[in-house]
Amino acid sequence: MKRRRIAAWLWITLGCLYFFLPLAATFLFSLRAKKGVLSLAAYTHVLSDPQFLRTFTFSLEMAVLTILAGLALIVPTAIWVHLKIPRARTLIETFALLPFVIPPIVLVFGLIRTYSRPPLPIVSSPVLLIAGYVVLSFPYIFRSVDSGLRAINLRILTEAAQSLGASWWTTLFRVVLPNLRAALLSAAFLTFSIVIGELTLAVMLAWPAFGPYMAQVGRNFAYEPAALSVVSFLLTWGMIGLMQALSRSLGGPRSVVGGTH
Amino acid sequence: MAFLELKGVTKKFDRTTVVSSFSLEAGEGEFISFLGGSGCGKTTTLRMIAGFETPTTGSIRIDGVEVVEVPPNRRGVGMVFQNYALFPNMTAAQNIGFGLRVSGKTPDEIRERVRHLLVMIHMEGFESRYPHQMSGGQQQRVALARALAIQPRVLLLDEPLSALDAGIRVRLREEIRSIQRQLGITTIYVTHDQEEALSLSDRVVVMREGRIAQVGTPFEIYNRPASAFVASFVGSLNVLDAEVVDPAAGTLSVEGQQIAAAAALAQATGQPVRVSLRPEMISLTNGRPDSNRLAGTVKTIVFLGSIVRIFLRLDGGELFLDTFNNPHLSLPGVGEHVSVWFPKEACLVGSEGENA
Repeated sequence: MKRRRIAAWLWITLGCLYFFLPLAATFLFSLRAKKGVLSLAAYTHVLSDPQFLRTFTFSLEMAVLTILAGLALIVPTAIWVHLKIPRARTLIETFALLPFVIPPIVLVFGLIRTYSRPPLPIVSSPVLLIAGYVVLSFPYIFRSVDSGLRAINLRILTEAAQSLGASWWTTLFRVVLPNLRAALLSAAFLTFSIVIGELTLAVMLAWPAFGPYMAQVGRNFAYEPAALSVVSFLLTWGMIGLMQALSRSLGGPRSVVGGTH
Repeated sequence: MAFLELKGVTKKFDRTTVVSSFSLEAGEGEFISFLGGSGCGKTTTLRMIAGFETPTTGSIRIDGVEVVEVPPNRRGVGMVFQNYALFPNMTAAQNIGFGLRVSGKTPDEIRERVRHLLVMIHMEGFESRYPHQMSGGQQQRVALARALAIQPRVLLLDEPLSALDAGIRVRLREEIRSIQRQLGITTIYVTHDQEEALSLSDRVVVMREGRIAQVGTPFEIYNRPASAFVASFVGSLNVLDAEVVDPAAGTLSVEGQQIAAAAALAQATGQPVRVSLRPEMISLTNGRPDSNRLAGTVKTIVFLGSIVRIFLRLDGGELFLDTFNNPHLSLPGVGEHVSVWFPKEACLVGSEGENA
């Protein structure tokens, strides 16, 4: 028993080292912009660059819109598949693997070719960028929502709500979605992380996003990219924390999943 | 007049017929159980009444109004599910009040009704508990209160006690029946547990392979089963191979010993038949002069608490009988040769291979 506990702690420590060591090294490196002293010069440089705020805000907006569009598209689909056509789940799961199989560069060329001419010439519209981001985040959103739906016994809960007189909308908004909170949050976090750092789509569709900005800084400076990494890491986690706090303030029990034992 | 009426209801999934020509009339305030093994169509029939499944053919009327085309949320039918199905994001009070909130009742009305229902299910003080903070029995009580809150015209219960411990099951089923009587609500109760069906219901519908095998009061179902299937499904049963000796006199030969049924037989002389016998109808003492007698050897004796079950070996077959346990009971020894008696009317005769 004791040996098992030591082994568990060993693995946790190793895991933490794997995760935090590069971060710590990056942080330490970012403080060495001035010779011989530790300083925040690289941070000052990065944060004073107007491009930083502009690109980060743009990606932030895109991330929020992608989350909204992705959830609006995938959540009802997943619910419908669970309730009405459970046999189609395998098919949707296969679709969900496609973004892993098809590289983003292939996807973006396909998008450019298709949408640069009629009937839908939207290649210069942010709608196309968001649509591309939705495709990239589809596997993550679908899997989060799918496992959330499996945990709550969707069919019985919707039937219970309907037998009590609830319409489809009431069932969705008062019963299904509140019980999917954990799954929706995890889908939102993953989508957020993907969009904030995404490079290929943003570069090829020529949008001033945070990913291309980081790449550009990385090419032109030595210490600033490290500072930028640390800042973007903190900002991303800050945003995720904010989302979690917001959703918690909306109410409901702490333990969402597994409450029907 | 029937309050709930099902007429020729059939349900097919692809090519499989799950429910076939199901017709039933339930009076207002009646408690009816659908009893049958898994896959007999009882839950599908219940779900058609609730509106979660649409019959392939047939009609369902509630209070004289056809409801087949009415969506579940407008049928006014309350449902209690096997796995409670409480909303995990809501407290007990919010769960109970859900239907009332949906129907646009004022907060005061909801509060008052929820309070009244919590008292009815003996769960005052539990209003702020979430489902995961309650036991299975408590959750099912809340689920019952939630279904009753909307004052449904028909209450449907789908094996509501099967996920609970034996003790809680008995207590809760008595409570369900008492609340149902108090409210006078027409109730359909689906179960595979014959004891539950017999002890709760005004009438029992025994189902098999999507069809009604028999409808009757618990007394009728148990004492006058319409077929060997119903007899074997409800209570314990001996099934003996026999041969018709004299159809007019109702006499049969069981393992070379002659017995008689109460009525003339439809089968011809020499035809193999099956005789079904309830174990509690068989006695070690001769009560009546016209009783049937069978001789055999005691194989084993099993104590089942209030009942003692004695297994006998006949020439080729086996027979068991139940007798009430009491401290002064004198039992035969294992291996002892004994005679057992049973009245003629205890014999239920069916053709060999016939099971419905």
